[in-house]
Amino acid sequence: MAETHSLQDLRQAAVASKVFVQRDYSSGTICKFQTKFPAELESRIDKQQFEETVQTLNNLYAEAEKLGGRSYLEGCLACLTAYTIFLCMETHYEKVLKKIAKYIQEQNEKIYAPLGLLLTDPIERGLRVVEIIIFEDRSIGSR
Amino acid sequence: MHLGVEEPIRECQYNQICTHNSSPMDTPHTKKKKIKRKWQVFPGRNKFYCNGRLMMAKQTGVFYLTMVLILVTSGLFFAFDCPFLASNLTPAIPAIGGVLFVFVMGMLLRASFSDPGVLPRATPEEAADIERQIDATNGPSGPGYRPPPRTREVLINGQTVKLKYCFTCKIFRPPRASHCSLCDNCVERFDHHCPWVGNCVGRRNYRFFYLFILSLSFLTIFIFAFVITHVILRSNRTGFLSISVFLDGCTVLEVVVCFFSIWSIVGLSGFHTYLMSSNQTTNEDIKGSWSSKRGKGNYNPYSYGNFITNCCAALCGPLPPSLIDRRGFVQPDTPQPAAQTNGTGACPSNQVQSHMCAQDQCIQSTKFVLQAATNPLLHSQPVILGGGAALQAKTSLGGPCSTLGPSQPSLPSSIPGLSCGGELMAVRDSEIHCHHHHQHFISPEETPSPPAALPCATHLGHHVHPAQLFDPASQDSLHEDSVRGLVKLSSV
Repeated sequence: MAETHSLQDLRQAAVASKVFVQRDYSSGTICKFQTKFPAELESRIDKQQFEETVQTLNNLYAEAEKLGGRSYLEGCLACLTAYTIFLCMETHYEKVLKKIAKYIQEQNEKIYAPLGLLLTDPIERGLRVVEIIIFEDRSIGSR
Repeated sequence: MHLGVEEPIRECQYNQICTHNSSPMDTPHTKKKKIKRKWQVFPGRNKFYCNGRLMMAKQTGVFYLTMVLILVTSGLFFAFDCPFLASNLTPAIPAIGGVLFVFVMGMLLRASFSDPGVLPRATPEEAADIERQIDATNGPSGPGYRPPPRTREVLINGQTVKLKYCFTCKIFRPPRASHCSLCDNCVERFDHHCPWVGNCVGRRNYRFFYLFILSLSFLTIFIFAFVITHVILRSNRTGFLSISVFLDGCTVLEVVVCFFSIWSIVGLSGFHTYLMSSNQTTNEDIKGSWSSKRGKGNYNPYSYGNFITNCCAALCGPLPPSLIDRRGFVQPDTPQPAAQTNGTGACPSNQVQSHMCAQDQCIQSTKFVLQAATNPLLHSQPVILGGGAALQAKTSLGGPCSTLGPSQPSLPSSIPGLSCGGELMAVRDSEIHCHHHHQHFISPEETPSPPAALPCATHLGHHVHPAQLFDPASQDSLHEDSVRGLVKLSSV
């Protein structure tokens, strides 16, 4: 149906619009995004696929912010070394952020770019939104 | 600490440097701008040191006073009291004192220099999207219709929490976040702005602040106790009051400083221990957000239930990274001020490897140029509504606004003529001083805008024949300012 684009092709494509998936604060201040499917994406991507992506992201962020033995241990160790340990080691949160970046890149390459969409890593937007760039689908004819 | 996107940025960086070197001769026409780091274009009122690694508030005078007091008192203690105590009692005293002192200084510096959890401001598209959503919720407005204040309600753990819209940052503030009027930033889990530390205290540096005041209270008690011990021991040995005059002066100074510090610091530590164990911020406590006096079913939805978990979460929980990328490079393709025609010369084609970074640039440049050209007023509205201080748009809005405001309360960075923006901003800028041991500046609650401001906001916020509101002469400068504003906003 729609012509598939690669990530390189998207560079030349014009941006039709951007959709923003806002934060979901119903569980408190933890980082969680709304899984509600935006109307603008209806024609572009499968609802389930999208929700799965957002849910995976939410799970990854939950893992980053999880309070548990590991995070307490890291916190205590850091305190004892006057936080100098973070000069050589990266925090658990940072490790998970790297994982998230990788996941988003992989999702873009495999699923979103072929459909003319691009996910922006929320960390680039201060963890406020998941920005989805919708590119003009030239193959169908300019809008 | 933007580790997720470090590689693309590094690659962009490499390409940018390449381009820069390849054309060493800058002609006036190309006007190649030096590549800036994001901290250099940061919209808030902060000071940065060490090329963006350290970050503080604008007024740092009191912080230097704190440093001087701690250093001088501790220095006098180690120089004049410790030799006597080490030889007559135990060398463990200076050792423990030393450890305490190092810990205090470490925590102070960490609290002062780290990012408290500043939320970056919304990009123009985000702001536009939110505006659309707000308009959709509020419905069309007629003349004289007062739109409700911009709030969203959220149910958190059974408690209804109101999320307020920040006019400066163009975002709906997350729960517990607040806008610091001194630093002009929204800060996550905003506790207070501490002038003694020279920074806001928020999510990322609360634990350092708490450990600082806790260890400082131990240090002051320690020094006080052992100075008194020293005096007593000496006077026992050599007879009453036969201490050298010089030593006397130092001792008096130490005792005085410690005595007054103890009352305030120990009290503050106690207060913050209470706050931490109930998982409240100073802001919430002052406002009585979760006090049972407000209502029967009022409780703190963020508390974990028991004080141990609350304390552990605050002190040993995961430390989130900074959301503002201070040391990243400003993407050169982001809109340049209207005066520079070919300002995008810097790096139009570093799209080779880093698809995120490169596409962003390509996309941004195309989009902004198109938008700036076709719809200047859409972007100038955020400038007017609240970005006055941040974006320094100095144009004067014509007729409609000047007829509205009866009195123009002054802003810290008041801009004459921006009357509507001024009123909306001024509501936020009334500072609340709490009666506390230290003066903590707490960002004010965003009370509903005064009626005079609202019709203005209505005019501006609802794209209703906006062209009629601006005289053509100011439109060009508005456009220029809006694009300049876009540079700042998009550089986030």
